[in-house]
Amino acid sequence: MTLLSVRDLRVEFATSGGVVTAVDGASFDVDAGETVALLGESGSGKSVTAQALLGIVPKPAGRVCGGSISYDGRDLLAPGAAKGLRGREIAMVFQDPLSSLNPVFRVGAQIGEMFRRHRGASRREARAAALDLMQRVGIPAASKRLDDYPHQFSGGMRQRVMIAMALALSPRLLIADEPTTALDVTVQAQIMQLLTRLQSEEGMSLVLITHDLGVVADVADRVVLMYAGRVVETGPLREVYEHSAHPYTSGLMASVPALDGPRDRLIPIQGSPPDLLSLPSGCSFRPRCQYADAVCADVEPDLRQLSGRPTHRAACHHPEGALTHAH
Amino acid sequence: MPAPVAVRRRTRAGSARIRFGFAVIAVYVVAAAIGPWLFRYDPVGTRTADRLKPPFTRLSDGSFAIFGTDQVGQDLFAQMLQGARISIAVGLATLVLAGTIGVTIGLAAGYFGGWLDGVLMRLADIQLAFPSILLAIFIAALLGPSVVNVVIVLAVANWVTFARVARGQALATRRREFVDASRTLGAGTWRLVTRCVLPACVAPVLVVATVEIGHVILAEASLSFLGLGTPASTPSWGVTIANGRNYLADAWWISTIPGIALAFLVISLGVLGDALRDRYDPRLRSL
Amino acid sequence: MAAYVVRRLFFSLFVLWGAVTIIFVVLRLVPGDPAYIMLGPDADQAQVAALRAQLGLDQSLIQQYATYLANVVHLDFGESFRLNADSMSLVLQRVPATIQLATTALLLSLLIGLPLGVIAALRAHSWVDRSISVFSLMGQSTPSFWLGIVLILVFARGLKMLPSAGSGTWAHLVLPTITLALPFLAILVRLTRSGLLEVVHEGYVQTARAKGLGEGIVVLVHALRNALIPIVTVVGLQFGALLGGTVIVETVFAWPGVGRLLIDSIGRRDYGVVQASILLVATIFVVINLLVDLLYGFLDPRVRLAGD
Repeated sequence: MTLLSVRDLRVEFATSGGVVTAVDGASFDVDAGETVALLGESGSGKSVTAQALLGIVPKPAGRVCGGSISYDGRDLLAPGAAKGLRGREIAMVFQDPLSSLNPVFRVGAQIGEMFRRHRGASRREARAAALDLMQRVGIPAASKRLDDYPHQFSGGMRQRVMIAMALALSPRLLIADEPTTALDVTVQAQIMQLLTRLQSEEGMSLVLITHDLGVVADVADRVVLMYAGRVVETGPLREVYEHSAHPYTSGLMASVPALDGPRDRLIPIQGSPPDLLSLPSGCSFRPRCQYADAVCADVEPDLRQLSGRPTHRAACHHPEGALTHAH
Repeated sequence: MPAPVAVRRRTRAGSARIRFGFAVIAVYVVAAAIGPWLFRYDPVGTRTADRLKPPFTRLSDGSFAIFGTDQVGQDLFAQMLQGARISIAVGLATLVLAGTIGVTIGLAAGYFGGWLDGVLMRLADIQLAFPSILLAIFIAALLGPSVVNVVIVLAVANWVTFARVARGQALATRRREFVDASRTLGAGTWRLVTRCVLPACVAPVLVVATVEIGHVILAEASLSFLGLGTPASTPSWGVTIANGRNYLADAWWISTIPGIALAFLVISLGVLGDALRDRYDPRLRSL
Repeated sequence: MAAYVVRRLFFSLFVLWGAVTIIFVVLRLVPGDPAYIMLGPDADQAQVAALRAQLGLDQSLIQQYATYLANVVHLDFGESFRLNADSMSLVLQRVPATIQLATTALLLSLLIGLPLGVIAALRAHSWVDRSISVFSLMGQSTPSFWLGIVLILVFARGLKMLPSAGSGTWAHLVLPTITLALPFLAILVRLTRSGLLEVVHEGYVQTARAKGLGEGIVVLVHALRNALIPIVTVVGLQFGALLGGTVIVETVFAWPGVGRLLIDSIGRRDYGVVQASILLVATIFVVINLLVDLLYGFLDPRVRLAGD
């Protein structure tokens, strides 16, 4: 059952250099209970997409100017619609827990705030609920740590606090924006395990936003790859990883070192990340693509279903190029 | 992705403010420079027939008193022009002195570091922790009212901001490679400081100076009002306003109009200072 | 936190010592014999001799300094020559009036300045914000002695609504308080606005929104609480300007506080009283700053508790 449906989303930002279309026609779905990874480098538009889902695109510079977001049949772009669902049905975990937690309030109070403000719980009730959540996310000696401040926790523990806060009201959709990027490698694995465990316990959908292919590999059901504000490929994880149809995807796969198997030279994607203020005509990936031709310069490719693979889509005029040169 | 910013209608930040500020200040400076030459003011003259005349009166000798006359019959406008000269001159002199002291101390502290830095910055902390106007009043009380004393007193009260800016620049530049390179090539301390560090200080010091000069001019006027600034015989704005206090019932303009001129000048300096700071170095906002 | 408190306490004492020393140094540095400076050039010879003995001007500088410090600690600033009373007692008598004026001005500034600053930040770059900023600039640039005079002209003489001088009733408090508060209020508005604007882009504000909290709560609870921390420190420093302002305001409105005593004493060359009043005001300032430092430590848990 489709829980979230994004169609043709467009988000613009007014910057000192001009108007930037941070998200330019993104479309993807998220089903109930599944994990979707939103992959892309910085500037690809993945974080802005997440902000748009929650309705927290920074104003007045940012503006959703097109497309639709439908959650459980409801239009999230309608005024006030997203606000009503924030924290309750759709929740978000941010990248850097040190700057994302309020430094002057105790951790227990910050978690408990969800219950006090949304459910009218008393201070005692909220505290008990916060304690329960902190234990669920695996914070040791939780009862003592309820009254600590964020700076008194380690990075991994802080992220657990953020997750506890997000989970408080049992949301059906959790968006995690680079939840492990600011953490040590060993802690990253722990947090990812925590997220997957909680996801199956709660039966919620998880949208995992990251630039790190490895983090996603064991966890996601489907992946959505974004480049220069557009979705360039989407499909089941294994499919996309093993049979990448978009040159960007296959380039990414080739640039990731394999821990198993022979040590080949790493092949980076040639060229440099796109300048959103002056994107090339036609396909934005064209300057870096080895299969590009005249069509690619003229016509922007739509996200099209690949022949014979109903759930696998790519926005490329020549997907066979990447498919045949499978790594 | 470039940092998002609310779209503004203006092209560059604050250019209108900068032009406005410069324009007004230019008017004042010109008025201060040539005004007293055009409108003579005699500090000891009295014209009892024309005492306490309101603005827009024609006087007994045929001249037109735009702002009226004071308690001894002198034209208020001419007085104000003299006052403008004093205020601006004192402001500039103070800033030059404070700037020189402050930049020297700041450079020394930042460049040499170590215990010198510690001592000098402690001194700065004490100075800041002590309301500067009290220090100014105390010193002025001892030295007596005179223009030179005012400049010294205000410079002593205001050097700290300059020192901080200079110290920051010295610290930043000290670490840069070309300083090490020059030192390796045998350049002496003096040369290093004047060639490498000093030029970097110019812009932020100028911004600070523009922001500070308004405060200095206000402080001088306040001290003069209290009788601790320029001597009672000089027609600085503070003195004129103080003299006018005794005649509020008969001649409100003596105290009121110079104050408007003073306020307007300080406001324009403030507008200019803010705009310059926004344009060239928003980090200075915290100072 | 205890370490922090002790450090700030020591610093405050250090500052007071510095102030005392600076006064001593300035008195000695000024050209001329300190006794003649204090009594006037044509003072009575016997008085001069007595003062010189009291100040120990024949002793070495170090000994003079020691004597001076001892006197200061005992709050002994000599007798006021004109008023025939102990200098420090005279000053202490006037302190309540100044405290009353300064406190009222402070409260007024907080009550009006904080909300205005918040509004300006929330409506940044709108006409509301611009008007408030213009008002703030004007408030900072207006000479308070002039403002006091104008207020007297309009409200006391013109409209005859309020008294122009003296103290005693609430009505007497109005005009001096407004005059004293205005520059402070203006700075407070600016600080609050810029402090809040800086904080509003921090991560935890976005988190608060993502938690589904109302915009009011996000700003007034989450953002403001953090913005207050740097604001509090600068307010403490600006308080010095407020105290300095009492000197002017008390003079304009003939308010019987320490500031007016100071100016009158300068006119009367009563330097014992001058020193006593300056040191007292400096002490008040240092104490207030100490309290502000403590408040800062209380507001910011990162200072209060050792982090990881």
